[in-house]
Amino acid sequence: MSNEWPLWEIFIRGQHGMAHRHVGSLHAPDADMAIKNARDVYTRRNEGVSIWVVEAARITASSPSDKGPMYDPARSKVYRHPTFFDIPDDVEPM
Amino acid sequence: MYAQMIQSEKTDEDPRALAEFQARIDRGEKIEPKDWMPEGYRRTLIRQIGQHAHSEIVGQLPEGNWITRAPTLERKAILLAKVQDEAGHGLYLYCAAETLGISRDALTEKLLDGSMKYSSIFNYPTLTWADMGAVGWLVDGAAIMNQVPLQRTSFGPYSRAMIRICKEESFHQRQGYDIMMKMANGTPEQRRMAQNALDRFWYPSLMMFGPSDAESVHSAQNMAWKIKINTNDELRQKFVDQTVPQAEYLGLTIPDPDLKWNAETGHYDFSEPDWTEFFDVLKGDGPCNAERMEARRKAWDEGAWVREGLLAHARKKRAAKTAAE
Repeated sequence: MSNEWPLWEIFIRGQHGMAHRHVGSLHAPDADMAIKNARDVYTRRNEGVSIWVVEAARITASSPSDKGPMYDPARSKVYRHPTFFDIPDDVEPM
Repeated sequence: MYAQMIQSEKTDEDPRALAEFQARIDRGEKIEPKDWMPEGYRRTLIRQIGQHAHSEIVGQLPEGNWITRAPTLERKAILLAKVQDEAGHGLYLYCAAETLGISRDALTEKLLDGSMKYSSIFNYPTLTWADMGAVGWLVDGAAIMNQVPLQRTSFGPYSRAMIRICKEESFHQRQGYDIMMKMANGTPEQRRMAQNALDRFWYPSLMMFGPSDAESVHSAQNMAWKIKINTNDELRQKFVDQTVPQAEYLGLTIPDPDLKWNAETGHYDFSEPDWTEFFDVLKGDGPCNAERMEARRKAWDEGAWVREGLLAHARKKRAAKTAAE
C-alpha cells in the first residue's frame, strides 16, 4: 500500500452568499486534517468563510474527448437566451 | 529564475497531433491535465514546475535562518508569514506538477537524490539581518520578473498556481525593500550592512535568470509551447532597469563599475555575472549546497514517523467507522 497521503480537492466559499469554488488541492491523511491544511494553505489572507474538501479519487469528471457530443447540441438553441427575442421599445421593460 | 536552464524534452509523436496541439497553444487555449499533450511537453513541465516547487521549499531555509533572531516581534511575525507563504507556494506548485502524473513523494525523492534541482540563489548564505532585506528586494524581485509573465503559461494548473503566487509575492518584495530602507537610513553600521548585503546578492540575483539563451533550441521549443515566455536576457535587463533606481533611492551602490544608463537603447548597460561560479553552484559546489540538501534530507527522514503515524491513525479511524456501520 502506498504511504503517500491521499490528494484532496479544496473548495472555498469566498464570502457569504457566494458558491464554494475550487481553489486547488493538497495532501492530507484524512478529511479533518485536509480541512486544517486547507486553512493554512488556501486562507492565509482571509480568502474564505467556509471550506469543503473532497478526496480527489472520488471525483468523476467528464472526458475532454466527449466535448463535442456533450456541449455542441446546446450551441444551436439560441432561443434559450432572452436576447433571441425582439421586444418592441414601446413595450415596458421585460 | 526559480527554474533555471530547463531543457525541453524530446517529443516524437504524430506530426499532425503535434501541429493541432501547437495550434491550440497559438490560439491562447489553456491545456488541462486530461487533454492530450506531447510527452515532451509533459516531461518538460514536470521538470520546470518541480524545480520551481523545490526552490520555494529550499528557499525557506535562508530566511528561516533569521526567524529567531529578527530584531523586533513585528519583523519576526512578518518574516514568519513570508516563509509560510513560501511553503504554500511550494505546495501549489507540487499540486500543479502532480496533475501531470507524478506524485509529490516522487518529486521530493528526486530532489533528495539530486536528479532534480532548485534555484542556484538559495545556495548562498544569509549572514546578517540586512540579507533578509536584500533577499526580499532582489531575490523575490527577480522571481516576480519571471512569474508575472508565467501567469499566461499554456498549462492551466501551472498558470493558476502562478496567479495565486504573484498575488502574494509582491508582499515579499515590499517587505524586503522596507527592511533595506530601514537599514539604509539607520546608523552607519546598519548602512554598511545594507551595502554589504547588496554587494553579495547582486550577481547571484542576476544569475537567477540563467545564462543567455537567445540562441538555445530548448528555449525556442519552450517558448513555442508557452512554458517560457521571455528570454533570460530580456528578463535580466528588465530586472536591472527596475532595480537600479530603487538602489539609488536607498543611496546604495550597485557593485558594478560598468553599470551605466544607455540613452540610445533606453536601458542600463551592466556586467554579466561570473558564469563559472553559476555552473559550480549548479553542480553542487556553492557555499551552502551541502547544508541545504542536508536540511531537506533531515526534514524528510525525521518527518517519516509523522507521515506514517497520521496515515495509520486515519486508516484505523476509518476501519472503526466501517465496523460501527
